[in-house]
Amino acid sequence: MTDLFAARAQMALSLGFHIVFAEIGIAMPVLMVLAEWRWIKTGDDVYRQLARRWAKGTAVLFAVGAVSGTVLSFELGLLWPTFMRFAGPIIGIPFSLEGFAFFTEAIFLGVYLYGWDKISRRAHWVAGVIVAASGAASAVFVVMVNAWMNTPTGITMDGARVMAVDPIAGMFNPSTVQQAIHMLIAAYAATGFAVAGIHAAILLKAPQSALHLRALTLALIIGVPAAIMQPVSGDLSARVVARWQPVKLAALEGDFTTMRGAPLRIGGWPSEAESRTRYALEIPRGLSLLAFHDPNAEVKGLSDYARDLWPPVAPVHIAFQLMVALGTAMALIGVWVVVATIRKRPVAESRLLLRAIALATPFGFIATEAGWTVTEVGRQPWVVNGLVRTADAVTPMPGLVYPMTVFTLLYIGLAAVVVVVMKSIVGETT
Amino acid sequence: VIGLPEIVAVLMLVALNAYALTGGADFGGGVWDLGASGERKEAQRAHIAHSLAPIWEANHVWLIVMVVMLFTGFPAGFSTIAIVLHIPLAAMLIGIVLRGSAFIFRSYGSTTAGARRRWGVIFAAGSIVTPLFLGMVVGALASGAVGEASLRNADPSASFVQVYVAPWVGAFPIVIGLFALALFAFLAAVYLAYNAPEAALAEDFRRRALAAAAVVFVLAVRSFFLSFGHAPRVASAMMHGWFAIPLQIGTGVAAVTAILALRRRRYGVARAAAGAQVSGILWGWALAQYPFIVPPGLSIRAAAAPARTLELLVIGLAAGAAVLIPSLRYLLRVFASSPT
Repeated sequence: MTDLFAARAQMALSLGFHIVFAEIGIAMPVLMVLAEWRWIKTGDDVYRQLARRWAKGTAVLFAVGAVSGTVLSFELGLLWPTFMRFAGPIIGIPFSLEGFAFFTEAIFLGVYLYGWDKISRRAHWVAGVIVAASGAASAVFVVMVNAWMNTPTGITMDGARVMAVDPIAGMFNPSTVQQAIHMLIAAYAATGFAVAGIHAAILLKAPQSALHLRALTLALIIGVPAAIMQPVSGDLSARVVARWQPVKLAALEGDFTTMRGAPLRIGGWPSEAESRTRYALEIPRGLSLLAFHDPNAEVKGLSDYARDLWPPVAPVHIAFQLMVALGTAMALIGVWVVVATIRKRPVAESRLLLRAIALATPFGFIATEAGWTVTEVGRQPWVVNGLVRTADAVTPMPGLVYPMTVFTLLYIGLAAVVVVVMKSIVGETT
Repeated sequence: VIGLPEIVAVLMLVALNAYALTGGADFGGGVWDLGASGERKEAQRAHIAHSLAPIWEANHVWLIVMVVMLFTGFPAGFSTIAIVLHIPLAAMLIGIVLRGSAFIFRSYGSTTAGARRRWGVIFAAGSIVTPLFLGMVVGALASGAVGEASLRNADPSASFVQVYVAPWVGAFPIVIGLFALALFAFLAAVYLAYNAPEAALAEDFRRRALAAAAVVFVLAVRSFFLSFGHAPRVASAMMHGWFAIPLQIGTGVAAVTAILALRRRRYGVARAAAGAQVSGILWGWALAQYPFIVPPGLSIRAAAAPARTLELLVIGLAAGAAVLIPSLRYLLRVFASSPT
């Protein structure tokens, strides 16, 4: 294993691990606040129990998110010192703002989790709202950094030398808005569906549980609108990619040849050696229509670019297909929930729908991992698109396979414990 | 000359200082979890857990703020440190992960006494490893070995050990690591005596604080003498710099005050004095190392990001502080008034 590969694997693992906890940290506070608000409004004590139970799970998951986020802030330098030396003056500004947003989140989460009996109901609820708002703000600031890596702006180069930086321009680069929206919706959809799925699974066994019925409803209130909106956000994001990162678009579509009226490929297996994608279901002119809203628009294929500028095509294409498939499934379940509600048929009374929701428990998180793979692997060979190659950014320290192995084992252990602890929290009373 | 780079460096140090006084003390709490003994063993552990639970995550963010300021304001310094000190920094991160997750798993996930004990041991181990390596990183930096190793890195004949191990494995960094650990344990014991819910528990931590103060004294003397051989530039500035005499006297007075206040059970005074002592040591190191961020070659000025970035960073920090300071005061107010 080369050092570069080990560094990439460690970074991918650390981000892939953290992103799940980050999404939960963004969306769980909204659920807690919603449940507590229902309690304040209705006086129904079940809502208070629910808010406290969710808070307990959030405490565990937030702590794991906080420590894994700390690891990342150091790993940026431990693994990619050259990248940080180059990019620090720009991405440091959104990271600083994120630092403060995260600080606010941690402070008020402490107040929320441990202050139930110490402050007034209203103050407690407001603390929860601050946690939810600062969690969303953190996510936006972090995504600004990733958006900048995809479409860097605010940097003036003279050859390899940086002449001037404008961090504000860097923060508001062409990818920022769509990526931030896509990430936030992903957090609400993934967490909402995961929580709904867990409670749906319990309701299949104990259909009368008041706590789980209320939990399911609130989780769907967060998850369903997000899941239905996500395909729209995905379309907008893909159009930004089409405009600014044509190589990434070509890779995620498995599109090797430049043509007008390019087809949309569903499924399929791209072969870089043969420069073609086999076994795909092709919808004529679909890609041109989706990416440029013109059935005859020209879409660049990978063959237009030098081989050393191609990202690994198969993983990017397959990850993209997986993300779209899972996102579509969630949106369809969301529509099903909406239709059932309009027809005044309670979700919990349809065992089929409950089963579908339970089945979709991990869909959002898997889709997130796949989407993250698309944006990160799809940007290779660059760490900063068009400016810094990943291979040039890696630390000169040899033997990177060792830290990679240690952190892999650490995260596997941590993940196993988190599962056990969450099971015990969920299973406390059913 | 005081310009933007110096201002950012000072603000970074303020963040590190805040981390030492808050997050540092939380690590010290882990040390005393391991060192719980006597008939009030479980009460001591409960008091530590109760004190840490609402605040440790917020306290921990100071470290993240510090690191972000380092890579934003001084990207060349960050990359040099991250390359040469990869191993101790990674070890510190493992400590951070184990400490935080074990603490939360112990509170929320363990139903049996055995499970609680196992998580307690990992919590304590993480609490010891992290300050130890943090101190070693500081010691390696102050000694000038990091700067020298990064120059040697360009030389292909330099061995792995010379560049990536030797700078932080040596008598001086190790003593500084132990010194950091002892200081954090001392701070924690003083805080825990201060907010103990009952007199007997306060007494337990008072004895621990006095014992830790003795260890701090021994390690302070040891590191002072070692510094002449291993960190001569810093040592000489500590002796002859413009700040040397007032800072040494101030830190010394704080240390003596802390001990006297502990003896008389004036815990409020002891807490303030212990904080001043730790801060004095930190600022002494920083002033002695000035104008270098990575001695002997890389100065604050040379490592600094472009002026536009520094300006925005200062503005961002000011805006952040405007939100943060009232929030932190609120957090402390909610939980300080609760000797349950």
